[in-house]
Amino acid sequence: MILIVDMNCKKNSLGFYEFVLPVVEVAKKLDKCRILHYLDLTSKDLSECDKIILSGTALKDTATLSQPEKFQWLKETDKSVLGICAGMETIGMVFGAPLCKCVEIGMTPITTVKENPLFSGDYKAYSLHNFCVQTPETFEVWAKSEKCIQSIKHKDKRIYGVLFHPEVRNQEIIKRFIAS
Amino acid sequence: MRLGVLFSGGKDSTLALQYAADKEEVACLITLLSKNKESYMFHTPNIDVSALQAEALGLPQIKKTTMGEKEKELSDLEDAIAQAAKEYQIEGVVTGAIESVYQAERVQRICYGLGLWCFNPLWKHDQKKLLEEILEKQFTTIISGIFAYPLDETWLGKQIDTKLIELLVDLQQKYSISPSGEGGEIETTVLDAPIFKKKIEILNSTIEAKWNSGVFNIKQARLVSK
Repeated sequence: MILIVDMNCKKNSLGFYEFVLPVVEVAKKLDKCRILHYLDLTSKDLSECDKIILSGTALKDTATLSQPEKFQWLKETDKSVLGICAGMETIGMVFGAPLCKCVEIGMTPITTVKENPLFSGDYKAYSLHNFCVQTPETFEVWAKSEKCIQSIKHKDKRIYGVLFHPEVRNQEIIKRFIAS
Repeated sequence: MRLGVLFSGGKDSTLALQYAADKEEVACLITLLSKNKESYMFHTPNIDVSALQAEALGLPQIKKTTMGEKEKELSDLEDAIAQAAKEYQIEGVVTGAIESVYQAERVQRICYGLGLWCFNPLWKHDQKKLLEEILEKQFTTIISGIFAYPLDETWLGKQIDTKLIELLVDLQQKYSISPSGEGGEIETTVLDAPIFKKKIEILNSTIEAKWNSGVFNIKQARLVSK
């Protein structure tokens, strides 16, 4: 079962339709899905799922970045986690990676810089972010755009991040994460 | 949150409006009246009817005419959104974008520049399900424009119902037509929806069509009680 975490600042928000449901539409073709808002997560929810996807949010929604205490479970979990946009920023923040201002909106050229099981080569992806994650020691960098790091993986855990939105034009990445 | 909805009067912007009204406060509609029938950004058939729809909805409407020149129309849209922010203190904008990255990223950039939120509640929705949803929600929607083979004038003015959705899905399989018209194959006009306080009655209309391109022009219409 895939646990899809709604990272929008409010429960049942307008952003849910734009940033959570499209991910669910891709994931549910491969596995059962459960959707929970990040404020509602319990250790039982986290233990019952096989994999976890942290959704993106609206460009102005940076609520999770001021609540690191809500995501300390990332340090404990042995589950595979994929953070999308705000999800990746939140992962970076929890593990001590500094965030910096970096705006990219629209289709963005991405370059793979390390061979990995989720994507390869050069491709374009839909970006919608205000911040980027600076290179932390705990992560390896998998992809970059001209402006910033676009994908990371924790060096010791199965925790991945993509700053772009794969649910828009790169759904294979979500499918490979679920199938991996 | 006070929101302005980019409103053309078609099914997508009306459904996006419905979503927005269910979650937040809709303060105004924002409508671009494009003189360019080929506009990449804005719906054009019966756009003048949007004023009557705004009255039916009981919502104020910011209207701005644009010549519809590529990219210049974005500056006109920005002006209209900025006006909405000033006059109605909106904090965000809602669009009916479903698949078009071209439209979505441009509105996102404008909102970012103006410091506003941007929401696309229909983003990546399955197009057949979207058509079924407008029926479930009891929208009365007609086809007001056709712009792709093999659609012809017999489609114009038809109300979207279960049978018509089946036909559109069939055309998707045979001709790769987007069933909800996301590729500009069809345009629609909403005459009634749950959020409408009154419904629109068409009194006079004409059809202009040639080959696989045509519009259903609403020449005269009025509001009637529901």
